[in-house]
Amino acid sequence: MSGYRMEGAGRPDRSQPVRFSFDGESYQGYAGDTLASALLAQGVTLFGRSFKYHRPRGVLGAGVEEPNALVSVIRGPGRFTPNVRATSVEIYEGLEAVSQNRWPSLKTDVGSITDRLGMFFPAGFYNKTFMWPRSFWEKVYEPAIRRVAGLGDAPTEIDPDRYAATYAHCDLLIVGAGPAGIDAALEATGTRKRVILIDEQNELGGGALSDPALNPWLEASVRDLRAAPNVQILTRCTAFGFYHDNFVGAVERLTEHRADIGDGPREKLWRIRAGEVVLAQGAIERPLVFEGNDTPGVMLASAARAWLLRYGVAVGRKVVLMASHDSGWRDVFAMAKAGMSVAAIVDVRGTVDQALLDSAAQLGITVHLGSSVIGVSGRHAVSGIEVAANDGGNRRKIACDALLMAGGWTPTIHLWSHSKGTIAWRDDLGAYVPDKPNENVRCVGACAGKWDFGSGVVVPALPTPRDPTRIKAFVDFQNDVTAKDIGLAVREGFRSIEHVKRYTTNGMATDQGKTSNLNGLQLASTALGRAVTEVGLTTFRPPYTPQTFGALAGRAKDALFQPTRKTAIDGWAEENGAVYEPVAQWRRARYFPRGSEDMHAAVNRECLAVREGVGIFDASTLGKIEVVGPDAAEFLNRMYTNPWKQLQPGRCRYGLLLKEDGFITDDGVAGRITDDRFHVTTTTGGAARVLNMMEDYLQTEWPDLDVWLTSTTEQWSVIALQGPRARDVIAPLVDDIDLSAEAFPHMAVRLGHICGVPTRLFRVSFTGELGFEINVPAQYGRAIWERVFEAGRPHGITPYGTETMHVLRAEKGYIIVGQDTDGTVTPMDAGIDWAIGKKKPDFVGKRSLSRPDIVAPGRKHLVGLLTEDPDVVLDEGAQIVADPSQAVPMTMLGHVTSSYWSASLGRSIAMALVAGGHERMGETLHIPMPGTTHRAVVTGTIFFDPEGSRLNG
Amino acid sequence: MLLIHCPYCDEKRPEIEFAYGGEAHIARPHDPSTLNDEEWEGHLFIRSNPRGRHHERWRHIHGCGRFFNAVRDTVTDKFETTYKAGEPRR
Ligand SMILES: [Zn+2]
Repeated sequence: MSGYRMEGAGRPDRSQPVRFSFDGESYQGYAGDTLASALLAQGVTLFGRSFKYHRPRGVLGAGVEEPNALVSVIRGPGRFTPNVRATSVEIYEGLEAVSQNRWPSLKTDVGSITDRLGMFFPAGFYNKTFMWPRSFWEKVYEPAIRRVAGLGDAPTEIDPDRYAATYAHCDLLIVGAGPAGIDAALEATGTRKRVILIDEQNELGGGALSDPALNPWLEASVRDLRAAPNVQILTRCTAFGFYHDNFVGAVERLTEHRADIGDGPREKLWRIRAGEVVLAQGAIERPLVFEGNDTPGVMLASAARAWLLRYGVAVGRKVVLMASHDSGWRDVFAMAKAGMSVAAIVDVRGTVDQALLDSAAQLGITVHLGSSVIGVSGRHAVSGIEVAANDGGNRRKIACDALLMAGGWTPTIHLWSHSKGTIAWRDDLGAYVPDKPNENVRCVGACAGKWDFGSGVVVPALPTPRDPTRIKAFVDFQNDVTAKDIGLAVREGFRSIEHVKRYTTNGMATDQGKTSNLNGLQLASTALGRAVTEVGLTTFRPPYTPQTFGALAGRAKDALFQPTRKTAIDGWAEENGAVYEPVAQWRRARYFPRGSEDMHAAVNRECLAVREGVGIFDASTLGKIEVVGPDAAEFLNRMYTNPWKQLQPGRCRYGLLLKEDGFITDDGVAGRITDDRFHVTTTTGGAARVLNMMEDYLQTEWPDLDVWLTSTTEQWSVIALQGPRARDVIAPLVDDIDLSAEAFPHMAVRLGHICGVPTRLFRVSFTGELGFEINVPAQYGRAIWERVFEAGRPHGITPYGTETMHVLRAEKGYIIVGQDTDGTVTPMDAGIDWAIGKKKPDFVGKRSLSRPDIVAPGRKHLVGLLTEDPDVVLDEGAQIVADPSQAVPMTMLGHVTSSYWSASLGRSIAMALVAGGHERMGETLHIPMPGTTHRAVVTGTIFFDPEGSRLNG
Repeated sequence: MLLIHCPYCDEKRPEIEFAYGGEAHIARPHDPSTLNDEEWEGHLFIRSNPRGRHHERWRHIHGCGRFFNAVRDTVTDKFETTYKAGEPRR
């Protein structure tokens, strides 16, 4: 039996017993206990198994710095939280927690065999050992390692909780409500400043909660702060990151401590913009590095003090202190005065302040100066220690059930470092402290290295008469990194602490090295024979402590992850059984199945309907930009490859847009409405990008041009009516536009009315058929669609979706930018250099079309592919090779960009980007796909109606 | 999250209202056809990438929509100043 509850000590409310379970066993604690304090009070020492060696581990700290005692909390379906620190989990009635990283049980864990084989698991082990043969990594090593290494299990069900988020603004944000933070807040009471004081714990006070003498001050201060109208207090709230311009992210835990979680949000993300930030995050005590320092029952002296004086739990019946710093002496004196039995104080220093020695003598505590602990006995709990003088002599054993470590203090400068404040090394503290701020921020109290804990010395590792290469003296408890590992990293040539960190993984666990960074740095510095300041310090990055994905995602999930854009005609499609697909942020009707049709059957029917009769298609998502002004034609002439100045009002032109590097970035048809007004269309996904690009050139390169650009994508509904019967369908609905082929040819636009509604009626086609695109103001979109559909019934009008649109355009070899091009395709590569105005002196991208690499032979060209077996539809993205029997890795010539079954042609068709493709016409290439390799002949890209006669019908 | 001063709106607004636009003061040549390949490569691809003061373009894309220039320190991420497009380099 080790721990026990000390009567009359601590803050938990003895009148409120709380029942909970750990690993299925039932325990009792009190309201105000953490899981760790309640279990320690019951004599539990074993809390978990370590990451790599599966070593038994207990509690090291008393707060968020805890590296060992990680548990999972279960709150019913979907509410499983792994890797929470037992020292931070507040108990509530019915709390269910389990230990991690052990099988079959915490006490009997077969994975601990890795501990006995420890000599085979040195630093860099994974990188070095499992490199060969390569196939073994995937099939043998990785699954095996994943089973034994690691922390808690990932949740497997969808998180049913809700998470809130809010913005807050204040003049003064104080992070940390220990004595220094409280003082900073008290100073601001009675001012006009808006103050936010946040603390990660359940109550204000920080270190003062472990010092009963400060109780009266604390109570009065908290009362004053709560009464101050300008101070907002957030407890159970962790400031996890400090971002630019005094922007601090914090997560407030609203239900984690409650037995009844209610139906409110679980956590709340605070995005706080502060005029000034005061960091009062305190300091964390450092462990000492010696063999056996990870045995359950070996813990920080400050933690043992907190367990006793804050929680009323003595961590042992008979404890020993191992110190290199005065603070530990003061802690055990306080504990002895409260009634705990302290067997001995061991201090690595040869001399200490006489006052400490006097106090020890008064309390009857034996002192061993100039000595170190060289071994710990007991596997699941400390049963004793071995001590030796620093010269190796005078070895003796001391019986005890807990060993406390006092290795000095590390200011918590995580948030300060996030804010890019500089740091300065303090030899006397053996730690970095804040130096020059980069934001309006200051550190106060222990966080700034200002404390009254006394003084100490820095020892990278305690002296030991044992062979240091044969002992496990832990530096990073959570990642199982030993002093030996850091020595090995240095011997293997790593010089920078950033490299030592990555090689050994020191400080890379979920605790971000809160207790290990400085010890690791000291060890590396010693091994390298260079000053600590020359070795550097690893970078702190958010989050300060692990946060839930839920808190960061907030409401931005499921349907609210991003907006779903719907056209005015979307409702009709839904009522008529459309199957949707997402395109950019739009949802678009992909096909309209009839009865039990699958996509293939529906698309075949839709395709034939358009080719033989008439189809109707919602093209409203097409990007639209109204380009207006006296210089509109000149502007488009400079932006697009095509000539625009001679285009007559009422006529349209296909526009091809390059980036300045010569590669295709967008395309679309533009109609000249009047001399100074163009209706420009873009791809669905490219609308915003193209408008931004146009604005960029207009504002910054050619501000002299008198042009205005307006996005009109959502102002127009676009009804595409395609097929030989298209004219017959709309003829009765339009009375002020001459629809005859002579008066209204292909690639023309007319202004008039349809069903009395103003329209910009385009005669354009993305199908190769006679076609119209009826643009009407969006609010009339659905009504006109329905009227057109009614008018089309006698002609067998068929609604079609994006899949059919894709097939029809591919039959005609019309490209889709972003599918048949990939940002490295020029107009020549795509075979559409006819769209380049040859006489134009300049346009965006023109100069690049004569760059050496652009005119070099062997570029990938867009070509058609016809499979030898007409029934085979190639996979889009499939790679293409010349010789399928060549050795792997094969020389790949390119890939299939578009591939469909063509009902009109009764065979498959495909387009592909192929190296030197234009020179390969008629050549047979090979396309390896799962199971078999297909043969296909290189062709042109126009598969259907190559003369284009149907367009002009 | 950065606070950025838009010289057109004359307001400091959060970074999410803005879009980054690459290095500033790289004017498109008046007649690119007169540039040889090396000069054109320099215009297209070569950027100063300094450690320290960086002249860069931003667009107040979810505000007034205007492009403007800024001087930002790439080490501290601090904006030194912002100014309207077309104004001389600061
Ligand atoms: Zn603005």
